[in-house]
Amino acid sequence: MNRVTVDREMCKECEYCLHFCPKGTILKKSTTVNKMGYYPAEAVDMTDCIACGICASVCPEGAITVEKNI
Amino acid sequence: MSIVYKRPEVFTDEYKKYCGGCGHGIINRLIGEIMEEENLVDKAVLIWPIGCSVYADKYFKTDSICALHGRAPAVGTGVKRSCPEDLVVVYQGDGDMVSEGMAEIMHAGIRGEKFTVVFVNNSIYGMTGGQMAPTTLMDQVTTTTPYGRKDENTGHPVNMAEIISGLNGCYYSERVTVNSPANIRKTKAAIKKAFKYQMEGKGLSFVEVLSPCPTGWKVKPLQALKWIDDVVTKQYPLGVFKDCGQEEK
Ligand SMILES: Cc1ncc(C[n+]2csc(CCOP(=O)(O)OP(=O)(O)O)c2C)c(N)n1
Ligand code: SF4
Ligand code: SF4
Ligand code: SF4
Ligand SMILES: [Mg+2]
Repeated sequence: MNRVTVDREMCKECEYCLHFCPKGTILKKSTTVNKMGYYPAEAVDMTDCIACGICASVCPEGAITVEKNI
Repeated sequence: MSIVYKRPEVFTDEYKKYCGGCGHGIINRLIGEIMEEENLVDKAVLIWPIGCSVYADKYFKTDSICALHGRAPAVGTGVKRSCPEDLVVVYQGDGDMVSEGMAEIMHAGIRGEKFTVVFVNNSIYGMTGGQMAPTTLMDQVTTTTPYGRKDENTGHPVNMAEIISGLNGCYYSERVTVNSPANIRKTKAAIKKAFKYQMEGKGLSFVEVLSPCPTGWKVKPLQALKWIDDVVTKQYPLGVFKDCGQEEK
């Protein structure tokens, strides 16, 4: 499976990654806050991820790493 | 596993002070990515303005200088003329450039200075609390135009990419935005082209980026992206206004 990692502490909850990901099931908002008080995005189910990198390309914080399983 | 995307190494570990969803974050990141991809990190001197990006010298491992309000093109002139082999990036906000420093950018264009300008237009003074800038849209509500901007008091918005393209010293001028994955790709291509022209020794390369300021606009980040499509691009059309590289081909 591909892997998407969000740096919890870097994320500022803008929701760009959630909005632009072509699949609705992968990224969700965490239910707990980070040190700065944001509910960071997190990857909850990688099944549908196509490793397109769109989530990372829209992130203002550079908080997202995308890895493709080859 | 192969890496599709990871944060550019050129960034330090410093926590960025930008608000959530701020366009500066995306634009900073693109500049970092391009410098890495094009092997320009060691050659880069980034000139930062006064405004929300004033702390950006701490975010990059490259050489940086923070210029006084609006004076980044003057500082860039000195750096580029003394180190013509370097990549000199003059980064300015709209309040910084069009309000306090209008003379500086105009004369840099008139002189045909050979650096790249990344002009971050969020149509507001972000850092100081959302006051009107010369780039503020007609009827836009800001803290200093609570009833919306009206031309009888404060005139009309200023289209910098078009104005700069009209100067003979300008080699390349384009307006882009960062409100969608496709537009972010186009912004990256525009800045990359500007850097390329600069490294070839061409005249002023100017990239205006329409940038969301959710805090100053008092909307959620995703609404700010939509507002760029619905309203901002009507005043500030996207596109290439001058590309002498294209004409030479
Ligand atoms: C000469 C001068 N006048 C005013 C200020 C206060 N000031 C600091 S940032 C800023 C506005 C910056 O707006 P902009 O360039 O649009 O940057 P943004 O924060 O929107 O990116 C102002 C007026 C200053 N630092 N120096
Ligand atoms: S890589 Fe593409 S599919 Fe996977 S989470 Fe990111 S945007 Fe969604
Ligand atoms: S785009 Fe980045 S900062 Fe915004 S919610 Fe996603 S991970 Fe967080
Ligand atoms: S005030 Fe606006 S420009 Fe400044 S960091 Fe916040 S969103 Fe960005
Ligand atoms: Mg501004």
